[in-house]
Amino acid sequence: MLGFVARRLALLVPILLGLSVLLFLWVRALPGGPAEALLGERATPEAVARVKKLYGLDRPWYEQYLTWVGNVFRGDLGVSSRTQHPVVEELLRTFPATVELALVAMVFAVGAGVPLGYLAARRHGTWIDHVSVAGSLFGITIPVFFLGYMLKFVFAEKLGLLPTDGRQDPLLDAGHPTGFYVLDGLVTGNMEAFGDALAHLVLPGVALGTIPLAIVVRITRASVLDVLHEDYVRTAEAKGLAPATIRGRHVLRNALLPVVTVVGLQVGLLLGGAVLTETVFAFPGFGKFMADSIVARDYAVLQGFILFTAVIFVLVNLLVDVAYGLIDPRVRVT
Amino acid sequence: MSLAQVETVAPEEAGGSLGRDAWRRLRRNPVAIAGAVLVVLFVAAALLAPWLAPYPPDKPVGQVTPTSIPGPSAEHWFGLDDLGRDEFTRVLWGARWSLVIGVVSLLLGMAGGLLLGLLAGAFGGWVDGVVMRLVDMMLSVPGLLFAIGVAAMLGSGLDAVMIAIAVVNMPVFARLLRGQMLAQRRSDYVLAATAVGVRRRRIVLGHILPNSLTPVIVQGTLTLATAIVDAAGLAFLGLSSNDPSIPEWGRMLADTQRYLSSAPLLAVFPGLAIIVAALGFTLLGESLREALDPKYRR
Repeated sequence: MLGFVARRLALLVPILLGLSVLLFLWVRALPGGPAEALLGERATPEAVARVKKLYGLDRPWYEQYLTWVGNVFRGDLGVSSRTQHPVVEELLRTFPATVELALVAMVFAVGAGVPLGYLAARRHGTWIDHVSVAGSLFGITIPVFFLGYMLKFVFAEKLGLLPTDGRQDPLLDAGHPTGFYVLDGLVTGNMEAFGDALAHLVLPGVALGTIPLAIVVRITRASVLDVLHEDYVRTAEAKGLAPATIRGRHVLRNALLPVVTVVGLQVGLLLGGAVLTETVFAFPGFGKFMADSIVARDYAVLQGFILFTAVIFVLVNLLVDVAYGLIDPRVRVT
Repeated sequence: MSLAQVETVAPEEAGGSLGRDAWRRLRRNPVAIAGAVLVVLFVAAALLAPWLAPYPPDKPVGQVTPTSIPGPSAEHWFGLDDLGRDEFTRVLWGARWSLVIGVVSLLLGMAGGLLLGLLAGAFGGWVDGVVMRLVDMMLSVPGLLFAIGVAAMLGSGLDAVMIAIAVVNMPVFARLLRGQMLAQRRSDYVLAATAVGVRRRRIVLGHILPNSLTPVIVQGTLTLATAIVDAAGLAFLGLSSNDPSIPEWGRMLADTQRYLSSAPLLAVFPGLAIIVAALGFTLLGESLREALDPKYRR
């Protein structure tokens, strides 16, 4: 098992190195050149010269690259030209919000998706099956920002059931020791803040979780259908095991293997979708910050955030592989 | 996209009968019919927009103020937008832009991906290694973020959006075609062709490639759906053209943000249009896959 993890980790090194080269070249290919791009509208000739010297842009490219990689390893991703704060600071400030949002979306997707997919497979060929297949195809195609608008309009503006935007009611006097607002409410014992933070997560969480939900339903359904026809299920039935035992121990447990992989793959989708969802709900997370940085052409932020996302994505995929290896011993051999 | 990664190998049957078989199954599948109807609707709107649209897409045709935006009426089926332009006309013209962006980005992405996949699949060895590491690298950035990066680098605009979506789709096609070609390379008919002395280039281009294309066609149809949704997403974020006279669905949605409480329907029409287009290609692609691949038939 350790060897398996080590091999997977070793495979990541060239990918991340290559990616760093690409992102480094990306900044150099930006319109107007990196100094101008970093300065944005404040790019006077003197300022450009100063930034070039400051960032060592007058030195050969390989020296520049090594300096940049060195800085990245020391946690220095540059300074946001929009807020004038270090990119790492902005990342640490905004990422907890997105983690909360992504968790709610994932809980929604898996919590509703696995039972629905299972039900559709068990009732294969009935109207329940057809509705869930059609519904999941529809769910995959619905643009997340449009769904966000509709949810916001109906449940927040018309019915007034949930807050329209933000992470927390600004009038609430809530402390934030961890940066995870839901957790903060629990830690500080402020139940009102806890409930409020949770309420702010419902609509964006559902909007963000809909595509993963549709995918989880499909995969669960297909996987359960596959497993139901396996020999070992027939054997279990033949030897007279209770149907509930067969369903739990044999069918569901084996059917969930592909679901684990697919859930891991959704992390990338969630981080991308967060950019759109957080914009719709003015949710001050990583995605909203990134969307604002696009408008402001804040390239240092884009570079740092994209690199960070890629690292997270690659690590989550590694975790999924490892988890898979733990659940299914056959994987480790190959 | 993630569904495509759980692809399986297509059946190896004789060319003619497989095609005829698939066509028969496709015609009998209500899902395929529904998809085809939506696609025809979308493509017709796109092609015939200049003749179908009752008003010019870029000029105000009525009086509006931010607090009173007229809704649907007999003259203006979808009402007016925030600048007093006919919303129905703009949705029709939007289909045109969506189709162009979708098709161009798909073709570019397919061409790039197929080239990479062909290189990797035909040569193997170190070429394969280099190409596939490049593909892994591209897949390690989540699609939409990747597209944002590329579009921002190109300075935004319609062509930036098309190239961005194309680049994001390239690795998917590359991996798909390579997997297909590797599977085909070990098949008996290739062995037979090699044995009778057919040249390598002819085997690759004349035998392996055509037999590997089926899943690429399916993937292409499905990618058209995601390309349309992604293009709308990039436009929503302000990465598409700045020209307000271009009716682009994602941008139309973003522009109506401020009027959500006074004129919510302005967001509904472009949103539904995106869904119609994307759903059409998704349904068609899924049923195509089912018709061509017995593994998906249930």
